[in-house]
Amino acid sequence: MVLMAERSDTEGRPTQYAVIDCDIHPNLATPDALDKYLDPRWVQYRKTIGGRGFSGSYYPRAFPNAARHDSWPPNGMPPSSDLNFMRYQLLDAWNMDFGVLQPLLGSGGQRNLEWAAAHAAAVNDWQIETWLDPEPRLRSGLVVPYEDGDLTVKEIERCHAHKSFVQLMLAIRTSEPLGRRKYWKMYEAAEAYGLPIGIHFGGQGGYPISGTGWPSMYLEDHAGMSTAFQAQVISYITEGVFEQFPKLKIVLIEGGFAWVPVLGWRLDAAWKKLKFEVPHLKRKPSEYLAEHFWLTTQPMEEPPIANQFLEMLDMAPWLQDKLMFATDYPHWDFDAPDEALPKTKLPAGFAEAVMAENARALYKLPVTAGGK
Amino acid sequence: MTVYPVAPQVPGGLNFGQPVIDTDIHCAVPSPRALFPYLTDQWREYITTSAFKGPNDTPYPGGAATSALAGTKPEDGPPGSSLKLIQEQVLDAWNVEIGILNPSYSVDSISAPDTAAAMAAAVNDWLINDWLAKDSRLRATMVIPTRVPEMAAAEIDRVGDHPGIVQVMLPAVAQSPYGQRRWWPVFEAIERHNLVASLQFGGASGFPMTPAGWPSHYVEEYVDMAALFQSHLLSIISEGVLDKFPALRLSMIESGWSWLPGFFWRFDKVWKGLRRETPWVRELPSEYIKDRMRFSLQPLDLPDDPVIVQQIFEQLDSDSLLMFSTDYPHWHFDTPEGALPVGLTDAQRSRILYDNAASFYGFGRYAR
Repeated sequence: MVLMAERSDTEGRPTQYAVIDCDIHPNLATPDALDKYLDPRWVQYRKTIGGRGFSGSYYPRAFPNAARHDSWPPNGMPPSSDLNFMRYQLLDAWNMDFGVLQPLLGSGGQRNLEWAAAHAAAVNDWQIETWLDPEPRLRSGLVVPYEDGDLTVKEIERCHAHKSFVQLMLAIRTSEPLGRRKYWKMYEAAEAYGLPIGIHFGGQGGYPISGTGWPSMYLEDHAGMSTAFQAQVISYITEGVFEQFPKLKIVLIEGGFAWVPVLGWRLDAAWKKLKFEVPHLKRKPSEYLAEHFWLTTQPMEEPPIANQFLEMLDMAPWLQDKLMFATDYPHWDFDAPDEALPKTKLPAGFAEAVMAENARALYKLPVTAGGK
Repeated sequence: MTVYPVAPQVPGGLNFGQPVIDTDIHCAVPSPRALFPYLTDQWREYITTSAFKGPNDTPYPGGAATSALAGTKPEDGPPGSSLKLIQEQVLDAWNVEIGILNPSYSVDSISAPDTAAAMAAAVNDWLINDWLAKDSRLRATMVIPTRVPEMAAAEIDRVGDHPGIVQVMLPAVAQSPYGQRRWWPVFEAIERHNLVASLQFGGASGFPMTPAGWPSHYVEEYVDMAALFQSHLLSIISEGVLDKFPALRLSMIESGWSWLPGFFWRFDKVWKGLRRETPWVRELPSEYIKDRMRFSLQPLDLPDDPVIVQQIFEQLDSDSLLMFSTDYPHWHFDTPEGALPVGLTDAQRSRILYDNAASFYGFGRYAR
């Protein structure tokens, strides 16, 4: 039996709230779409070697391009590679104020760091020409070769003046825990230019996707990615990154958030007994968590009793100012703007904050834009 | 100048007015020589003359405040190595009817399979002769040479029917997630001997314990450990272990458990979307966990807020999941009252102190 979604979201229904979508994945129309932005040396490299990341993701993925069945444009292009169809199916359909792009093209996970840097630069130039300049509602993450600090700073210096880049874009699976000093040059530059660090589900860092080896199933990868997010939060806080870079902001994208209150408790309990080891921490770990982290909503946490969502929020009240709506378009686990929020009486202002205003404040976006 | 909390004294104990089952008491091998009666000449000679003195990997650094309460160290060995102290500080102090010993000895860190098998067998014989035979209140978790599952199964067959052996130690930091087929001979043996598979804090797989590599600090490892249990639960259910072995039960020791509600929500939701990948999984993942798994109480990872405690119990949708543990000699609570979450109902308290563990393991009036 093939299980199909009961409704198509192609015909969106505008919600009563303004909407900013913090997780949209643009795709290349063709495999050679980046060539015009690459030095001939790298065009030849792409054609002869191709991407060389870390191997090991062999489990059978459930959906072609991880995409919704209805996201393939009628013109035959790949899902989310055609701006006009994205406008029709997403930005216009839901009357969105803004959408933030997260290109998942693998730049940062390349083992050849010079290729990672060239690829990231090409992706950014492609983003500007294909998406950001033609569509004023779009913003994006600046793709960086995050495994090398110098190359990352170089790309930030090259592109930060383009104001459509509202954050850096990393993947959650990195080669070292992200709090470690290897990444501090990146944070120094990001803090100096006021760019948050956006970190998305996935990536490759050379290690299994669990802390105890490779799992077998896509189900484990998908439900288990939150363990990578937890490990990175733990690293950021315990390494003292926020003492070193007090203005740094971290955005966790597609990692869930129901684990956040509990992780705060666990960190505080451990720190209380082991603070000797981390004297650079001046405050309780949960205070850094509340101050420095933002989280996107999709896939929205869905307790069986909707009111338990509110209980979870009360366990870390700061989440109300830090959760930011996301659809994950065009992926199969899309959260629709009119269906995503829990069906229960929400705190006053919560829906407005989560659907748009938290993101508007973080990314300093204007009150109205093309969609409104 | 003391700038950090050192572990306080053993907080005494408490008579709850009812018998108690303590599901997490760490006993320690005092020295390699303690295992000599249970090793062959070959291994005695090897340990005496080679650099190998038994595993020295540990999830509990000796000086860390979390590792040992003050007053738990006997004169002639590490904390947890003295039966007399465990009797005084745990069994008598807390009115324990049955206490489960979890040996903190990283047999899983030994890469040579025959050495690991010999050391595991010696630890198990030491548990049987030096602990179980000397106090009828004690039960024990046996250890296995995890890196070769067939040898692990053989060790389970060798001692698994001893009445004092109640479960098999599976360290959380493993070489692969426990749902995978390489482990199935171990689960088959555990089920064959009516034992419990016990996932426990720690493990020395040789691989990094986060999906992004090695963390810098012990405090990170300590906090990270909960996520490893989450990875194993995903694996065990997704791979169909609980369908393949319908009598198998699992205990999670020192895993934390306040993360379970959020974990249930996410796992159940993603399973609904991807269930055609695992057609053998026939009910919500959270239902398998509630039916077949139990969790030791410490560490609590909870605020001292009775409203939140009750909310989490409601979110767990079960009063059966939690089993009392002191986690002796580790430091989690400063007063005896701190051993339990605040604001429990009498029924919840009684189930946690006794019934949940007794019915799960078949102890006392639940004997099978």
